[in-house]
Order: sequence, then structure tokens, then C-alpha cells
Amino acid sequence: MLKILGVTGENIKSTISVAMRVRSKKEEWKDIVKIEDRELDTREVNRIALIAPRATINIIRDYNVAEKTKVQLPRVVKGIVKCANPNCVTNSNEPVETSFDVVNERPLTLKCHFCERIQSRVEKYIV
Amino acid sequence: MGNPQFSDFVSIRDFSKQQISLVLKRAKQMLPYASGERKIRPLDGKILGTLFYEPSTRTRLSFESAMLRLGGTVMGFSSPMGTSIEKGENLSDTIRVTESYADILVIRHPLEGAARLAADVSSKPVINAGDGAGQHPTQTILDLFTMLESKERLEGLNVVILGDLKFGRTVHSLSEALATFGANLTFVAPPSLEMPREVIAEIESKGIKPKYATALEDAVREADILYVTRIQKERFADATEYAKVAGSYRIDSRLLSQGKSTLSVMHPLPRINEISPEVDSTPHSLYFKQAANGIPVRMAILSMLMGAEF
Repeated sequence: MLKILGVTGENIKSTISVAMRVRSKKEEWKDIVKIEDRELDTREVNRIALIAPRATINIIRDYNVAEKTKVQLPRVVKGIVKCANPNCVTNSNEPVETSFDVVNERPLTLKCHFCERIQSRVEKYIV
Repeated sequence: MGNPQFSDFVSIRDFSKQQISLVLKRAKQMLPYASGERKIRPLDGKILGTLFYEPSTRTRLSFESAMLRLGGTVMGFSSPMGTSIEKGENLSDTIRVTESYADILVIRHPLEGAARLAADVSSKPVINAGDGAGQHPTQTILDLFTMLESKERLEGLNVVILGDLKFGRTVHSLSEALATFGANLTFVAPPSLEMPREVIAEIESKGIKPKYATALEDAVREADILYVTRIQKERFADATEYAKVAGSYRIDSRLLSQGKSTLSVMHPLPRINEISPEVDSTPHSLYFKQAANGIPVRMAILSMLMGAEF
């Protein structure tokens, strides 16, 4: 998750808090990542949805929860996953954005719009 | 010219059973025109652009013949040599340029998904003539057409598919299409070249449970069609292993005598030595008829994409 959010250790400019196995009413337990001075764009939210489809994003302003949204897996995943097929046209020098149809949410299974290859283990291919 | 019945012809998965049946019906109508017995010119003044990035004999020539039989003309290349592609031009740019020179494009490319990309980029209809180990939908239609013409049905037909089922692009889309039409499938392949799991899942989702056989003699006993594909030498690291596998699947009169007298043998060609030449002159041989059917089938597809009415 931290990798997807671009929190790699070298570029941290604000406080980041990570809590793991926190008791949860709905899910038994959950992990929490708190990043100060940062709001996520759609692309980042879609990335999170790929690996944590039940995640909730809270925007906190002035100590209050200003927005609370559940991530939603888009029906078409564009530009954030690389095709696992090395012979797919999207892995060549073509100026083309990858595009996948979500064929199954659990386990997450994608189908490449171009080569039609079915792909699971999506987290390995997030760009 | 009427409205096109399809916008592109990229993957057999884009078409319903009803749509495939319409193409098969149109192909049947095309038979007298494909043989030259009758003349027709619905595509007079139209140009087919043939973009072949990989070698092809049957597919390219049959597309050219089909377009000419429909009264159109053809331009294009049969290899990237001598074109801007050699200078490093990408596929998207080549499509944008050539679509302004032609009314319809046919593409064969070594990369999977290249035809879909071409169809997305082009405002003109695009036909996939094979993209890497991906789809070759016009071959699938001509295979179905050949079976239908020979056996007068697809539902309940016992089809044995033999050879390289892992990398062979024709067998994936053919198996899925046959399952759509309710044919019974039996697969025979060397252990390293078995049908991919996702293709089997697609077939099973259509309510067909394929059988698997190791002994060809057993598989052909109840078969109506024996569909043979070439075992590709380049897939084997060891030449001895290749020779062993390739030699074990030779179709000859002795093997065919184990099956029904009406058993037909098909092959997308080129064959190397999978089928003994002695089979050519027997009633079992259907592969040259199959190659000839490329013309009416491609005439049907071209005419439907261009909105030609019959």
C-alpha cells in the first residue's frame, strides 16, 4: 500500500503513521495508513481499490472527518496495471495505455482489452 | 451500400452465435461468386489495405482474391521490409496513415492485441488476420464453414483437435466457437503443449466438457472431424524431443481405418509431415477444400463489414 501511495522513504515530507491489526467493528481487524497534507487523486484511489477493494478513505481537515468514501473498483482499469503477457502490444513501444475489463472482483481477475489474456495476481503488475 | 453489419473483425469472442451464423450463411451465398462461376461487383471502387507484418500465403492471397472477386482492389505490403516500419514507425502511426489510403484494412502482426489496437485507432473497419499467438477469427469462421458444408451440422459433431494446443492460435478460437455451437470436443496434445487453462474455462462456461486423450487411435474411433495442427519445432528446446513428439502424431491411412468411413481430416496448413500424402486422395481429406473456403468466407466478411447488400 505504501509503495502504491509513493511512500518509499526517500520522498517523505510529512508525518506518516501506520497502524496494523487494529480492531474493527465491521471487518474484525484493519490496517490504517495516515498521511498528513495529502489528498489522493482518482488514479491513486483506483490503485488502492485493486489491492484493497474494501478500503475506506477518510479526508481529515481541521481535526474532523471532512469526507469518508469507500473505494470502488472501476469496471475498466486503465493505465495502472501492466499486462502480464510479454507479447502483448501494450508491452511494445506503442503509445497506448493499458486497459483491462474486471471479470471477477474476488479473487481480482482482469482481462486485457488488447490481447484478451486473463490476469490474476494483479498486485504484481501495478505500475 | 447499406449499413455495415459489424464495425471490425478482431476476435471471435466479439460475436454471438447468431452473428457467426449470419456470416456462415453469407459465405454459403458467396460460393458461386468465389469460384468465379458468377460475377458480382458490390465493392467496385473500394480498396483493401493489406498490412502483413508476418509471412502468410493462404490468408493474404485469399483476402486479395476475395476483394478482387467482389470488384474491389488491393494494396499493401507482405513484409515490413522496405516500409516506414523498418525506420521505426509504430503501428498506431502506420494505421493512421494507411487508413486514409484504403476503405478497409486487414492486418497480421506478431504481437497479441495488435489488431485490437489497430481497430481502436482506425475509423475504417479492421480485420485481424492473426495477432501473435492470439486470435485468427477469419480462420475460425472458415473452419466452421468447412465443417458445416461437409457434415451439415455443428451441434453434436465429434471433433478431435490434435497437435500444439498451447501456442496454436487457430485451435483456441476454433475450440471456443465449436463449444458455442454445441460440438463435442476431444483434445490430443503432447504434455508440454496442452490446451491453456483459460481456454478450457471458456469452453466449460458454454456447457461443454472437453475430453482428453493420449492414444490417437482411441480418439478417432467416434470422431466426425480430426483437426490436425502443426507441432512447431521452435517450441522445443531439444530436437530429439521434437522428433519424438512430431513423429507420434502422423496421420495415415492405417490410423484413419480405425475411425468412421465418414471421418474427415482438416488442417489449417501448411503441413510439414503431420499428414501422410497418401491421405490426400482419400475421401477423408478435407484440408484443401478448407483452404479453398477461405475465399467465400472472406468475401462474406468483407462484404458485411463494408455494408454490401445481397
